[in-house]
Amino acid sequence: MRRTISFFLNGSEVNVTLKDHMRLIDCLRETLNLTGTKEGCGEGECGACTVLVDGQAVNSCLYPAPEAEGKNVLTIEGLQGSENRLSFIQKAFVELGAIQCGFCTPGMILATKALLDSNPDPSDQDIRAALQGNLCRCTGYVQIVEAVKQAAENMRGPE
Amino acid sequence: MKSYRHIGSKTSRPDGADKAAGKAIYIHDLTRPGMLFGKIKFSEFPHACIKNIDTSKAERMPGVKAVITAYNTPEIRIGFLRDNFALKKDKVRQYRDEVAAVAAIDPEIAEEAVSHIKVEYEPLPGVFSPEEAMKEGAPLIHDVDPQGRKRSDNALSLRFHHESGDLESGKQTAKFIVQGQYSTPLVQQSCMGTSGCIAEFDMNNNLTLWAKTQIPFLAQRDFNRALGDMGLRGKNTRIIIPAIGGAFGTGLDTHAYEYIAILLAFQTGHPVKILYTRDEEFAYLSPRQSSQTQIIQGCDPEGRLTFRSVEVLQDNGAYTSWGATYPSVMMLPATSLYRVPNVYFDAKLVYTNNTYCQAMRGYGNPEHCWALESNMDELAEQAGIDPYEFRLINSNKPNETTPMGLKISTCGLEESLKSVANTLDWAIKRGKGKQRGVGMASLIHVGGGGRIYRSDASGLILKLDDFGNVNVYHGGVEMGQGLHSVLTLAVAESLGVRPDKVFINPTDTGTCPWDVGTHASRGSFMAGNTAILAAKKLRSQIFRLAEDVFPEEVHKNLKKHIKEHPDYKPPEFDVEAAATQDRFELKDGFIFLKDAPDEPWLRLELGRYLRAIHFRDQGQMLTAEVFYDPPNELPDFEKGIGNISSTYVFGTQGVEVEVDMETGEIKILRMAAAHDVGKVLDPEGLRGQIYGALAQGIGYALYEELRTEKGHIQNTNFRDYKIPTIQELDFPIDLEFIETNDSFGPFGAKGAAEPGLVPTAPAIANAIYDAVGIRIRDLPITPEKVLSALKNLNKQTEKRRTAK
Ligand code: FES
Ligand code: FES
Repeated sequence: MRRTISFFLNGSEVNVTLKDHMRLIDCLRETLNLTGTKEGCGEGECGACTVLVDGQAVNSCLYPAPEAEGKNVLTIEGLQGSENRLSFIQKAFVELGAIQCGFCTPGMILATKALLDSNPDPSDQDIRAALQGNLCRCTGYVQIVEAVKQAAENMRGPE
Repeated sequence: MKSYRHIGSKTSRPDGADKAAGKAIYIHDLTRPGMLFGKIKFSEFPHACIKNIDTSKAERMPGVKAVITAYNTPEIRIGFLRDNFALKKDKVRQYRDEVAAVAAIDPEIAEEAVSHIKVEYEPLPGVFSPEEAMKEGAPLIHDVDPQGRKRSDNALSLRFHHESGDLESGKQTAKFIVQGQYSTPLVQQSCMGTSGCIAEFDMNNNLTLWAKTQIPFLAQRDFNRALGDMGLRGKNTRIIIPAIGGAFGTGLDTHAYEYIAILLAFQTGHPVKILYTRDEEFAYLSPRQSSQTQIIQGCDPEGRLTFRSVEVLQDNGAYTSWGATYPSVMMLPATSLYRVPNVYFDAKLVYTNNTYCQAMRGYGNPEHCWALESNMDELAEQAGIDPYEFRLINSNKPNETTPMGLKISTCGLEESLKSVANTLDWAIKRGKGKQRGVGMASLIHVGGGGRIYRSDASGLILKLDDFGNVNVYHGGVEMGQGLHSVLTLAVAESLGVRPDKVFINPTDTGTCPWDVGTHASRGSFMAGNTAILAAKKLRSQIFRLAEDVFPEEVHKNLKKHIKEHPDYKPPEFDVEAAATQDRFELKDGFIFLKDAPDEPWLRLELGRYLRAIHFRDQGQMLTAEVFYDPPNELPDFEKGIGNISSTYVFGTQGVEVEVDMETGEIKILRMAAAHDVGKVLDPEGLRGQIYGALAQGIGYALYEELRTEKGHIQNTNFRDYKIPTIQELDFPIDLEFIETNDSFGPFGAKGAAEPGLVPTAPAIANAIYDAVGIRIRDLPITPEKVLSALKNLNKQTEKRRTAK
């Protein structure tokens, strides 16, 4: 069965026709050709596929695409500003060496955004709790925590 | 000390912004026009004869373009000893043996088609441990060797052996002797980006392969041989490397799935992509080998080591990859970590029906360090010496040659020991009990290349364009570790341009010069040294040609300058006379004369200079190419002698732990790592390498283990195979980088990618012993093992008392 749904993707409305059981990640990567969202496990265990649905971080590999109907979906492609500028979270990740292979990075950054949107001054524990579903095999997480703190600081302070 | 403009300063990695924006293209993201999707049918038995393969139903499915087996494709032998096959015929030897494959128009159809392939087997008895495999009359995994000779047992012919000094006299002079048996499990590299490739033939039957590999040029050799097996002798493979989602050793071999993609692409005439799911990655990709190590060492009354004897038994699994040569690296610590005069080392590798293994970060060193550094603590205790003091007494020193013939140039081991002891408050914290303890362990590793192949070389090309940009072509592989950051800094520094004018091209065997592979922590060392050499060549070309164009161009500058500043009085300066090649300098992208560095009109922007030499009579474009083979030796591994690397890395890691007596859980309170890195090139990148390796070491120490049941891997997802999450890394980590400025290293630097993993597990085990007096000798140190050891504690204490 195929059906057409419409939702807001990175601020603009999209209409897509898809199979009933399509996962949101496939809708994004295959139907809409937005490959910034990564699939690390397909089982909700790694967080590489994290996107925000109405501001909440979700694993798009477990999220049925039809459920996005009418909702706001934010992917990594929607995070950068105009004229190819990185957002402050992305910038902090780059500057603090929180990125190695980069496969976990889009998911990590979106999980960070969900955190900072609700908690602009997170403690180390808050950061760990928010990112515990996002695996990274490369960095040992130290610089990721530093980057989140830096991003929080930049967000609070005058840009 | 030499000061640098870019080396050692904080910079952002060149691929960082794209990765942060989700714009980096991994194999997962790549498609080609007309691309098909390949899927593999794996064996359902660990050891069985194949009686029949029925592919008819799969073939009839709409959307299926090809179904292949070993029976309808040419035989392609693969692997380090060529004892493996792309597709298996007659017999399977492990659960993950590839028996058939499908190419279809989408992944779902391919998957369904594979499920319709029916294979009839006649099961054979299997062997699942090296001990079983070595028994008289054990079933043979391979009846014949790759040369077709009949085999009589399951032992591999590979030999790794070393004897030096006089073991017996070493035993005699020893006052204290300790023996121990240590083991390590199968662990999975767990790259966040799973394995995959795309194979595509052009109409001349040359192949392009987008691959996740660390050895593009050795892979090209392997695949070209396979093309020969397919009747395409003389045809070529071009390998292009997209962004890699972590590799950690998984790219040091060519894999059956790659050959299968090639076979499917050839058969269908379409590009074919094979991409592993996470489940496939766990079940069908070669993990790190398990190992068993027996060590006996002794020391004299003063605590000086007098001998060391090491025997290693390695479960090779069913086939042989490069990873089988782990003992070539185990030999390094066995013969050369701490000064020890009389050494025996022997490693045996045995075929079993378990999954065959491959490289992972550290390449045998973490396995061996686990045994050796645990045993060092046991010996120290026996000798009544503090384990930190004991290590200091035996520490390696600069400018020594070890029993293996390793020529140690610089050595920061003593400093690293002291640094860790200091950070951990060793003297205060050690031996205080209360379920808290401190422990440490050290390492030696290759840091200046690692010759395990007849060439240990790397090439580099620098190509300048009309705009003063530097295009870099290098065969090393960026897989997240930061090679391209170091390469950028090294080129900018040694050529004299800004890092943002340096562009690293994708690694591609069609455009980049040969490189043996990105392994053995050699990436930065080789990239740095080749960059320095190529920049030197380029500078001398630039300065030679500057004699012709510089005076004319700066006179134009002067005219313009005077027009803009009518009052300007130029200094008395004869540009023509001063402009000789030895008087030029290039810095931050400007060419100027050393005699007049600050005169604004006497500076020529590199791009303008390049256009001047390009667009004139007999114009020229500048490139420089180098090929660098570092000064090291291919050891004779049967004798265990040879200076395998140009320089060696040393380091120490320490940890403070708390043991939960109720649950057996280990809580890490703090870690300290001090590494002799020669010189810090890219500070953020280097921190990341140590932290990341250290985290992998924690997983190795405390929970990572692929569990097998008669050769069948049980835990094939991140729920059941736990890797460290951000919650586990919740303690302070102090890093210290010891800069010994090695003369072989670029800017003094040594390799640093693997060391952080190597001593982590034994440092933790030693700290647990300090905390509660239990000695765990088999990894991982799970709460169950801790609890059961705690239960036996009294018995053990009693035993130790009688032994004394
Ligand atoms: S891909 Fe969705 S959680 Fe791993
Ligand atoms: S950077 Fe490689 S997995 Fe996080």
